[in-house]
Amino acid sequence: MNDKPHLDEEALAELKDVMEDEFDVLIHTYISDSADRLASIRRAIEAGDADALVKAAHSFKGSSINIGAPRLGTLCLEVENAGREERLSDAGPFVEQIDLEFQQVRSMLERILKE
Amino acid sequence: MDDSQTGNRSLQILIADDSDSDRLILKTLLRRLGHDVLDAANGVEAVELFRHASPQLVFLDAMMPQMDGMEAARKIKALAGERLVPLIFLTSLTNADALVSCLEAGGDDFLTKPYNRVIIEAKINAFNRMRLMHETISQHRDLIHEHNRKLTEEQHTAKRVFDNIAHTGCLDADSIRYHVSPLSIFNGDILFACPSPAGGIQILIGDFTGHGLPAAVGAMPVAEIFYGMTAKGFSGSDVLREINQKLKRILPAGMFCCAAMIQADFALNQVQVWNGGLPDGWLVRQDGSRRSLPSSHLPLGVLDATRFDATMTVIQAHTGDTLMFMTDGVLETESIQGEMFGDRGVVTALNELKGEVHPFDAVIDRVKAFSGGLLDQDDLTLVTLDMAESEVLGSLSEEVPLSALEGPEEWHCVYELRDRTLGQFSPLPLLLHICMEVPALRRRSGEIYTLLSELYTNALEHGILGLPSEWKRTADGFGHYYAERERRLSNISDHYITFRLTHSMTDGGGRLVIVCEDSGRGFDYHNHAGTTGPGRGYAGRGLMLLQRLAGSLTFRERGNHVEIVYDWHFSEADPAEGVAVTQHGGPS
Repeated sequence: MNDKPHLDEEALAELKDVMEDEFDVLIHTYISDSADRLASIRRAIEAGDADALVKAAHSFKGSSINIGAPRLGTLCLEVENAGREERLSDAGPFVEQIDLEFQQVRSMLERILKE
Repeated sequence: MDDSQTGNRSLQILIADDSDSDRLILKTLLRRLGHDVLDAANGVEAVELFRHASPQLVFLDAMMPQMDGMEAARKIKALAGERLVPLIFLTSLTNADALVSCLEAGGDDFLTKPYNRVIIEAKINAFNRMRLMHETISQHRDLIHEHNRKLTEEQHTAKRVFDNIAHTGCLDADSIRYHVSPLSIFNGDILFACPSPAGGIQILIGDFTGHGLPAAVGAMPVAEIFYGMTAKGFSGSDVLREINQKLKRILPAGMFCCAAMIQADFALNQVQVWNGGLPDGWLVRQDGSRRSLPSSHLPLGVLDATRFDATMTVIQAHTGDTLMFMTDGVLETESIQGEMFGDRGVVTALNELKGEVHPFDAVIDRVKAFSGGLLDQDDLTLVTLDMAESEVLGSLSEEVPLSALEGPEEWHCVYELRDRTLGQFSPLPLLLHICMEVPALRRRSGEIYTLLSELYTNALEHGILGLPSEWKRTADGFGHYYAERERRLSNISDHYITFRLTHSMTDGGGRLVIVCEDSGRGFDYHNHAGTTGPGRGYAGRGLMLLQRLAGSLTFRERGNHVEIVYDWHFSEADPAEGVAVTQHGGPS
């Protein structure tokens, strides 16, 4: 259902080149931001707030695409679309997938930092 | 060329994005490209930063908490005002509607995630070029506005200066009606009127080729020459010759002045007209009949002095007759459908003339109706002159300011014209000028001019050329008279006219003795019927006029020697003049 890779190696290499010393800061910023976004998504579904869900999923999608995590970005898009169409119940299963994918991306990024 | 023009200058760029990681990436990218970056985490912050720092380029995330990107874009564009601040939306939006609404909110472009260094750099360069071009255009536009404002201001100043030189003269006389646009001078139209010392009036209407300053500049010398010479008693022909010569010298090739001159002599019931390049003029007689006065000369400023023909057409015209001249603008008046008024419009207006309607009103009303109620064409000039009794016009001489200097009191001068010169040159302005050196005579310039003019005309036309004044009584004879005058003038030989002027002071004023002698056969003045009936040598009017104006009139020898004694008295002078003269010789 989602054949995008966990990480886009080429995009990450370019980011590393651009960010130089700040690459570490960027990755840490992304990870802490994403944890917040994920929490926001869960809160929005519990509260039945479609608008907040769309915004959180949209931001999460954008930053994931930028950091080079396309599969996570695509999952966020599914949630964003569900929120836009007021299908909050459809969003639930995707949120779990996002959680799993985020853990995966997070550990991969942390490994890159250690290298 | 500095860096800002090549697009390599460091720009101040505002970015707004609620995602910390995205903001960090973009900020770092832009800094690596050498730009100065301000960053905001939401729309409200972005608008505030923009207000204070006025950055040159803005990147805005479309979806942000607090104030979203769309609203921030609208506020930033409003703050930027006339400045072009390129605004690029940061978006991972994928549907076309959302992208369109970004542009509708004032966005100039969008940048999709993931960011690409090369695309970002290319976009910044492209938008900076656009921004600089807009800046240049805005500066040019402001410059053009400023120039235009200055030009208008200068035109108004120039108009005031021009009005001092080319004042309207006696255009306000009851016998004259005219239409000119307020700033017509800058469209090259001129209209001047000036009383002549003999009690007549001269009008010059003209239309310079071209527009604006070049056309206006040519009008200045024309006004000076026209007013200066007419007031000194020069004929319309003399004035035309002088203006033509001046314009020929000062105007560049291809520039000239279409013009018409009217020289009206109310006392003689005669007008002389000259039309060089203007539309047909008209003489509308009291009985409704009319005569066209078409252009029969080249405009002023075209021919050199030797080829220029200033001969004016002499026409009989009586009280109640009206002369009309106009510039091209009248004929070129356009209707809403784009048709031109044309000669036909003028002729139709005059054809329908009836009752008490003045020809001026008939034409101008028709032009107005034709153009849809407006007379907004700048170069539209129309003038009419009603033939009037000679007394109607105020005398010019009363307006001539007295010189502070006292003039000559005791003097004598002899001036003689011979042969060919008799037909080519009028001695009247010169003789008048000599007499006007006497301050007390200046206020009598009209009378002095009339005396000199009558003596000269009689000596030339009757004394030397032997033309019978009876001819002028009929319309046919009138034309014959002037044709014969031209013919005989060209064959003059062994003839002369001599003026002897003597001025001396008397107890209560002064005395000017004018002797005019000609080489003609003379006439039997002993048998002359005096003030009644036409004389063989003198027209009845001339003789009566001379006797009325002068204290004494004496014919000598064979009637070719006339002496006039003209006495003037201090008591007739106004107080100012009296004071000036009584102070003579005193320790003033």
